[in-house]
Amino acid sequence: MFTLKGNRLPAADVKNIIFFVRPRLELMDIIAENVLSEDRRGPTRDFHILFVPRRSLLCEQRLKDLGVLGSFIHREEYSLDLIPFDGDLLSMESEGAFKECYLEGDQTSLYHAAKGLMTLQALYGTIPQIFGKGECARQVANMMIRMKREFTGSQNLIFPVFDNLLLLDRNVDLLTPLATQLTYEGLIDEIYGIQNSYVKLPPEKFAPKKQGDGGKDLPTEAKKLQLNSAEELYAEIRDKNFNAVGSVLSKKAKIISAAFEERHNAKTVGEIKQFVSQLPHMQAARGSLANHTSIAELIKDVTTSEDFFDKLTVEQEFMSGIDTDKVNNYIEDCIAQKHSLIKVLRLVCLQSVCNSGLKQKVLDYYKREILQTYGYEHILTLHNLEKAGLLKPQTGGRNNYPTIRKTLRLWMDDVNEQNPTDISYVYSGYAPLSVRLAQLLSRPGWRSIEEVLRILPGPHFEERQPLPTGLQKKRQPGENRVTLIFFLGGVTFAEIAALRFLSQLEDGGTEYVIATTKLMNGTSWIEALMEKPF
Amino acid sequence: MGLRMNRTKGDEEEYWNSSKFKAFTFDDEDDELSQLKESKRAVNSLRDFVDDDDDDDLERVSWSGEPVGSRTRPGSFQSLSDALSDTPAKSYAPELGRPKGEYRDYSNDWSPSDTVRRLRKGKVCSLERFRSLQDKLQLLEEAVSMHDGNVITAVLIFLKRTLSKEILFRELEVRQVALRHLIHFLKEIGDQKLLLDLFRFLDRTEELALSHYREHLNIQDPDKRKEFLKTCIGLPFSAEDSAHIQDHYTLLERQIIIEANDRHLESAGQTEIFRKHPRKASILNMPLVTTLFYSCFYHYTEAEGTFSSPVNLKKTFKIPDKQYVLTALAARAKLRAWNDVDALFTTKNWLGYTKKRAPIGFHRVVEILHKNNAPVQILQEYVNLVEDVDTKLNLATKFKCHDVVIDTCRDLKDRQQLLAYRSKVDKGSAEEEKIDALLSSSQIRWKN
Repeated sequence: MFTLKGNRLPAADVKNIIFFVRPRLELMDIIAENVLSEDRRGPTRDFHILFVPRRSLLCEQRLKDLGVLGSFIHREEYSLDLIPFDGDLLSMESEGAFKECYLEGDQTSLYHAAKGLMTLQALYGTIPQIFGKGECARQVANMMIRMKREFTGSQNLIFPVFDNLLLLDRNVDLLTPLATQLTYEGLIDEIYGIQNSYVKLPPEKFAPKKQGDGGKDLPTEAKKLQLNSAEELYAEIRDKNFNAVGSVLSKKAKIISAAFEERHNAKTVGEIKQFVSQLPHMQAARGSLANHTSIAELIKDVTTSEDFFDKLTVEQEFMSGIDTDKVNNYIEDCIAQKHSLIKVLRLVCLQSVCNSGLKQKVLDYYKREILQTYGYEHILTLHNLEKAGLLKPQTGGRNNYPTIRKTLRLWMDDVNEQNPTDISYVYSGYAPLSVRLAQLLSRPGWRSIEEVLRILPGPHFEERQPLPTGLQKKRQPGENRVTLIFFLGGVTFAEIAALRFLSQLEDGGTEYVIATTKLMNGTSWIEALMEKPF
Repeated sequence: MGLRMNRTKGDEEEYWNSSKFKAFTFDDEDDELSQLKESKRAVNSLRDFVDDDDDDDLERVSWSGEPVGSRTRPGSFQSLSDALSDTPAKSYAPELGRPKGEYRDYSNDWSPSDTVRRLRKGKVCSLERFRSLQDKLQLLEEAVSMHDGNVITAVLIFLKRTLSKEILFRELEVRQVALRHLIHFLKEIGDQKLLLDLFRFLDRTEELALSHYREHLNIQDPDKRKEFLKTCIGLPFSAEDSAHIQDHYTLLERQIIIEANDRHLESAGQTEIFRKHPRKASILNMPLVTTLFYSCFYHYTEAEGTFSSPVNLKKTFKIPDKQYVLTALAARAKLRAWNDVDALFTTKNWLGYTKKRAPIGFHRVVEILHKNNAPVQILQEYVNLVEDVDTKLNLATKFKCHDVVIDTCRDLKDRQQLLAYRSKVDKGSAEEEKIDALLSSSQIRWKN
């Protein structure tokens, strides 16, 4: 398998070439280049194209305009709507979904979400109850109901795995992705960016230590690591607050050390044989520990820096409702020192969301500073942010955030990072609004927060999907419900950690499986909303 | 012709069924075959849910990858776009024969909802017979209720071609979903002209303005870009944005003049500043603050009358004092022009006394000076001006401004801290002596 690149196709002794792509226009240009660069003197090869998850009329039109459409023998689609990232996590990996849904009103991603859900139901049974909050959630539910109606004739006889489906619009909780995540996995994503479960890290800390080499063998290519729950240690620490990771790693180091020391106690042939058989597992554990110790060191360099502390302080002030109505000194300093634009945008948007919009004077001030420092062309991005509700003027002079914060208990002063008792540990004090909504839906139900739900954007609703008799679920006492929670517009690793925390609570009552249009963080989110040249 | 690769069937099987990389799976049972069987069962159960009335058009493939039967699916989407598009097909690729069966479904009897359903399955469907406006609108309504992006796009392309602009716009104005889809479609294919016409018709004036302005990102030539920006002035932006757009144009206009002039000066080789610090990049399209920095660096002493003087920039773009002082400081500090730095903060009052003041905190001044490796004496002078005592002490300690630390500890009457600081100064230095003198002084009432 080769990555799609311009110009000539890589040399390979094959007869068939299949392009396996998302239906994006710019990719069609690259494909056309590949096809047109084919060496006519060589044996002709057959071209095929597979669009994921759907064919696109516009893409095929583009291929036609570029003169290569006729070169393809097969033009098909591969409906991979939801991709499993872990045992409890699925994503459509659709980068454009948020912008399309909330800025352009384009429902294509919602259509794919609905289709993905239909596939899930085909495999795991009809979901008896659907809850939702938000315009897009409503649309997806409508599509699901309509799709089910169209597939009449055969009943789904699979015993349902899910009790509930909860559809949530991202714009019901615009706050959470803007704050800096503080779980181990969240910080890796914030600092280095996790792509498709892989992370690229600076290689220096991962070079094997050789005696007397003088460092001349230092690798120059980034160290690429795969991160998922198959790695035992990672599964243990990924969702912890970063401040709790150190003690786990040092405990692990002692256990592994002790395990290796056991070789001294192995006397008989049988004992030696047993020790040797366990060696691969121990070596893997030791390698895993070494990697994560290095990663933790890299993260610590960032989290102990003065700037990280200052930024976090400002974020937490905003989230706890302090001084959200005036120009913030730290943000001003960041602009003056020309820190990364996205960093600045995340902070001003956070302030705006925590204030239900900024006073016109404050907003105009920030906008002017930003445009003068980073360039006037960013008017376009600022406009997108306003359209998304992230950075806007306050209307009606009312700040609703304190009500929401107090009713949903979003800011928790006493947080236990080591042994958390509440989901607010993932941001060291702030409980993700979206996860709170899920938590309250499970117990005691949304009727208890009617007022807040009315303040949050979009309708909230409940639908039932009838099950054939005999398939009704009867839960044993103590058995957990299973809820599939679908974030329409993106989800962060911190929110995933918070949901996993709820899942493993002793008497939580609900286990969660998480689905989304995209795994994201504040940076990738804002980046997708920036206007770039065509 | 030697087109066939020298491969046996068995080799092909092995090629398709083997892999360099073992895919990651979450199940403990690593039995690939049983997994395959599971998914096959699940997917086959899906077929009941797929609208499947034309079996023979579907290509069936067995799990080993071999096609069942030898039919290839006709490129129906291509025919669809052929039927709809008014651009002639250009093809540079080798012509491949198209199966004869392609046009066999060309029928005149499909209703709008049937048509739309066929479009969704990618079948050939001529839309030409939907002649009346009412028929076309019904077709659109069916497409929209299906939520299928491709189908809606196909119908919109047809309507765009067969309806006048005014009628199309008027009808879509009251059909939100289709309207949004059209806007998205026009953006994607880059039909800027029609998009702007649409915004104008809908009286979405701000969007019209922004959409037009966005085009400037694609114009590389600075003069052309400047001319384009001129056309953006006066468009219906919000009041605030209008001012910014005007500034954008004015800035680029200035930058072009400055750039031409400076490039000339640089190549002439007579101007010292350019010889000592050759320019690393052009000033074109740089943000305002960067331009100001450049001007403070290369044109600091110029009179207000020139386009490149800092004072002129400050006046033209109404740059606040704070921003101006910060930028000028950064530029002069970089050049190690400490006298200029001094002058920035010195004001004479009416009695003729000089005093130092700054529209930004002096702690910021100190940081910028330190970043530019200012000598300790200069740093010290400005650390002394920091108002907040704690910050002053912090910075003095951080930047090793010994005298300031000592004096501040003395003023705070903090003996312990002074004692602790003693170990940080060089042995036998004047600072150590000063500390000892203070510590042994009977005049000071130490608080600890």
